[in-house]
Amino acid sequence: MTATATEVAAPPAAEAAARRRRARRRGRTVALLFVFPALLLLGALVVYPVLFSVGRSLFDASGTRFVGGQNYTEMFRDPATLKAVRNTAIWVVVAPALLTGLGLILAVLVEKVRWATAFKLLLFMPMAVSFLAAGIIFRLAYDEDPDKGVLNAAVVGVHDAFQGSSAYPTARARDGQGLGEAAGGGYRTSTAVSPGDTVALGLVGVAPKDLPAGARPARTAAGREAAPGELRGVVYLDFTRGGGGEPGRVDPEESGLPRMTVEAVRDGRTVASTTTAADGSFRFADLADGSYTVVLPGSNFAAPYDGVSWLGPALVTPAIIGAYLWIWTGFAMVLIGAGLSTLPRDTLEAARMDGANEWQVFRRITVPLLAPVLTVVFVTLVINVMKVFDLVYVIAPGPVQEDATVLATQMWLVSFGGGNNQGLGSALGVLLLLLVIPAMVFNVRRFRGSQR
Amino acid sequence: MSLGALRRGLGNSLVQAFLVVIGLIWLTPLAGLLLSSLRSAEDTARGGWWTTFTSPGQLSFDNYAALLENAGITRAFWNTVLISVPTTVLVVVIAALAGYAFAWLDFPGRDTLFLLVVALLVVPVQIGLLPVAKLFGQLGLFGTIPGVVLFHVSYGLPFAVFLLRNYFAEIPKEMLEAARMDGGTEWRIFTRLVLPVGRPALASLAIFQFLWVWNDMLVALLFADSSSQPLTVELQSQIRQFGSNIDVLAPGAFLSLIVPVVVFFAFQRHFVQGVMAGSVK
Repeated sequence: MTATATEVAAPPAAEAAARRRRARRRGRTVALLFVFPALLLLGALVVYPVLFSVGRSLFDASGTRFVGGQNYTEMFRDPATLKAVRNTAIWVVVAPALLTGLGLILAVLVEKVRWATAFKLLLFMPMAVSFLAAGIIFRLAYDEDPDKGVLNAAVVGVHDAFQGSSAYPTARARDGQGLGEAAGGGYRTSTAVSPGDTVALGLVGVAPKDLPAGARPARTAAGREAAPGELRGVVYLDFTRGGGGEPGRVDPEESGLPRMTVEAVRDGRTVASTTTAADGSFRFADLADGSYTVVLPGSNFAAPYDGVSWLGPALVTPAIIGAYLWIWTGFAMVLIGAGLSTLPRDTLEAARMDGANEWQVFRRITVPLLAPVLTVVFVTLVINVMKVFDLVYVIAPGPVQEDATVLATQMWLVSFGGGNNQGLGSALGVLLLLLVIPAMVFNVRRFRGSQR
Repeated sequence: MSLGALRRGLGNSLVQAFLVVIGLIWLTPLAGLLLSSLRSAEDTARGGWWTTFTSPGQLSFDNYAALLENAGITRAFWNTVLISVPTTVLVVVIAALAGYAFAWLDFPGRDTLFLLVVALLVVPVQIGLLPVAKLFGQLGLFGTIPGVVLFHVSYGLPFAVFLLRNYFAEIPKEMLEAARMDGGTEWRIFTRLVLPVGRPALASLAIFQFLWVWNDMLVALLFADSSSQPLTVELQSQIRQFGSNIDVLAPGAFLSLIVPVVVFFAFQRHFVQGVMAGSVK
């Protein structure tokens, strides 16, 4: 039975083998059709450009003369590209570490609140925002004018709350009206005064709209007699709106200057200090006899505190890194949070039962167990940070571009943005590629490992 | 309540307060952009956007109305759509075909070629700019939307092929063999079996790719000319006058970010997965 079956099946077997071969050949053709579009594009627009750039980087700016490694040495000699190399180094050292740390802290803390999901969504959302939009957002936030930039508004607010702000940055004395300049930008009476005198210190240069609310006319106070041992006076705005006032005299409508610091100085030593009232009046009681000068110290006239120049040459890179943190912290937090949820609950609980406090649990158990996830987050961020372009290009204002420049922006500037040195530009591109080659090797190894 | 519980309760409210502060810090820059986009140039010159809390009368949609009248901005918006939608479709289709072939079909050099794809994952876009610009110049693609799309597709492919090949490789072998037994052609198996099964990965990839291209500035800065440039480049070109044109830049930036943010909230899970998977780029 079996023999017959084999015999009968024999001729079709040869035919089947041929058919299988044919099918296999057809299968290969089909397979190549499936991969062809991808391979064509990858070959023409990715692989070929890499090879081309490597070759091009060995030629000079115009591409006619072979210069060998000269573009690569030039890169570390030219101050602009050297600056870019340095800034990229700062980025790579600072940003991934900060992000991983912040992400870890937030991932651990957010598990303790009920609105964890909403918080994660909020922090992750900037990942959807383009670097350009984020750049505009932060150009706005970092604006130097405290009336525009929210960050400087906050800084100035805090500064003024602790230091006080000077009330009269624009005020000054008229020449020849009894006030001379004192050290430190203030004013002093040019003649000596003694207890029992009443002095009138007239200033100009304060616009009526800039007068503190509640300032009252100074005339009444200016007319008051000083008691013995008392030195009296007014500080007033020696200016009548619409004209008609007489310089050096306290005219009826002229306002006192409140909250002005006044000092009584004798032999170069400040013996008493006070501030003026709403009508600009002040008095020093119980002064010993002698001759004094009355001083309006420079602090009354100091220019207002303007806050921090975030986008100035010194702070521009940290400021842009701040914007980068805004975008990527959610990413780090969510990825680390995912790792956190796979930790064995029992181990953590057991440690707590044994009396470990939260910090010990975090330090001794959570972090070591999370190490692989933290490494992945860190490495991913390093790769991304090395290629940062848009954010620097958008946030750094024109004049500080060269202080903020990184490899990717420098590559752009050198190749297309006026530099027009495509040899050096290609070399910078190749440098970027070289920097990510460890990541490339890591990816390939990990993939091969996963296939075994 | 025990002392421990009390301490935990106190610790917890400290944690809550800390997270609220962080949340506010994250929200403030965005609120600044939104409120700035709703104020006139005169109000912006007079004081910060936070003054709208005390005088909300400043807020109006006038800037947005002006934006719709602004031919440069509206054209740039449509260019953004015309660049990102075809790119997304092409990347998904081409990568799905290749991903299936790499996972389940047999052809010479398959494994070596796939390792090359893995290696290309991290190649920086920058290195392609100059050579491809020359190439496109010769082909007449430089400065055109198809040129921008082709560049994006090429640099999106390594990740896309990698992601889909790995996902398709997880499809049970029996399923595919059963389909082949039934005499299905590879094309039929691909469209009827592989694509439906791979939907979650395709969705994550599509969202990631769309986001990537919608938000791109660098590629379009070089490959698009003034008639094909997307919103990011159009706005970037106006940033030089920053300060005097916040009434254009702020609503423009908001217009550019609202699309991806809506996509984010609509497809949270796919979005997060796509971004997580794509972060290897």
